Amino acid sequence: MELKLILESVLFSAQKPLSMKELREVLASAPEHAQANDTVRALKKVRESELITALEQLANEHEQAQRSYRLVCVAGSWQFVTQPEYAPWLKALVGHRIRPPRLSQPALETLAILAYRQPVTRAEIEQVRGVTVDGVMQTLVERGLVEQVGRADVVGRPMTYGTTAVFLEYFGLRSLEDLPAADELRRLVVQKPGALATADPGLATVPPEQLALTTQEQKTTTEHTERDPAAQGSPPAAPL
Amino acid sequence: MAEYKVKFEVFEGPLDLLLYLIKKEEVDIYEVNLTQLATQFIEYIETMRMLDLEIAGEFLVMASTLMYIKSRELLPVEQQAQVDAEDDGQDPRWELIRQLVEYKKFKDAAAQFQRLEARQEDIFPRLPGKLEFDAPMPRPEVSIFDLVNAVNAVLKRFNQREDLRDIFDDKWTVSEKIEHLLRLASERSPLKFSDLFEGITSRSEVVVTFLALLELIRLKQLTVLQREPFGDIEICRSPPSAQPPEAATVADAPLRSGLGVEEIQQSS
Repeated sequence: MELKLILESVLFSAQKPLSMKELREVLASAPEHAQANDTVRALKKVRESELITALEQLANEHEQAQRSYRLVCVAGSWQFVTQPEYAPWLKALVGHRIRPPRLSQPALETLAILAYRQPVTRAEIEQVRGVTVDGVMQTLVERGLVEQVGRADVVGRPMTYGTTAVFLEYFGLRSLEDLPAADELRRLVVQKPGALATADPGLATVPPEQLALTTQEQKTTTEHTERDPAAQGSPPAAPL
Repeated sequence: MAEYKVKFEVFEGPLDLLLYLIKKEEVDIYEVNLTQLATQFIEYIETMRMLDLEIAGEFLVMASTLMYIKSRELLPVEQQAQVDAEDDGQDPRWELIRQLVEYKKFKDAAAQFQRLEARQEDIFPRLPGKLEFDAPMPRPEVSIFDLVNAVNAVLKRFNQREDLRDIFDDKWTVSEKIEHLLRLASERSPLKFSDLFEGITSRSEVVVTFLALLELIRLKQLTVLQREPFGDIEICRSPPSAQPPEAATVADAPLRSGLGVEEIQQSS
């Protein structure tokens, strides 16, 4: 009896996504339903690591077999779900699902900043966006995507916000670690160019790679070096 | 200008506009000519002003920053305000570029979120659970807007009657209503929102009762519940552990929507 297959049967019949805790509860109470079955009893207490391994193997197998339904872990809970390619047929089958309206651009931007930088205050979010976020924050709170998580240790003790489990479900994320380019956006430190030439305003020599989202860790800011002495004597280039 | 129907890009904020202008020039953020950018930005603001569009404060702040940067560029290096090597944050050009780069990256991240959002719409779980998973999560917490909505409905009933403009003494104070509500909530649990306004004969009494309710909610002496969106609001006394020791005045009431007593009476 493979643990993997047992989990498959359980998740197949589940009415909702199951967390590790729930899966372990199922395994723990199974012996009550099987008289003196050693196998069942043997699996009564399974280590979490074993469980995760089995689940991941299961998910992998389905992926390898290119099944139209796969095992996914969203917000820490496991469930079988269909692949997006089959949506037209499933929508025809299930009919119209009530879904909340899509998020607006400002809402997505605010949410992005909040998700990567949490816990974060409104002021910090506004600092990045350059505009106020009051209306948007209200929407996000009402949708259950963000919530207050505490207060900042500064003057005024402003509220800090973070994302919720609903947020993870809404975007199909396993956990906050699954955020795209998490390392980079959590603490964006842009590398300062070697020298900012003053004769030609705004010109810099940094490679444009910094602009694209990468998954590599950014180096820390370098010191601003001395200005190019050759530029000092030249007349200002900018027209009025 | 009324005859013209100009299709005008409305930007969320100054950073949004700057990124747009930079994209238009098809240059890298690091290579952008800030002076030229400043000029274009100001032109845009001017056009907005001509078209009688409201300009948010943030745009003006950005405009002044850009002017500052532009003016600095016009001075020969010796006369520019010195930027120390340690003063990392002081170079306004660098600060602006840093801000633009950061914002752009989050914009890209937001686009990714949007893709994920769309993808999720096409994914169906094994046994679609009850609507709870697909519909917006039911909020057990009642927001101030639900309360205001509810009291508005009550106030509407009094709309027709107030033809006479007699001025009556306010026979009820908030403190009295507070006591009244607490008593009601102890007698009947849970209390329906409409129960609070039984036997009330005037708008101002409705308002005073509502204020008392808000105060009690703020003091955590009463809890409100709404079992389904736009459903009935239920009120009950909070368990003793939730109550803070000191009472406070009505002035501290959390009327976040900014409604004062006068405004409630005027709005109809």
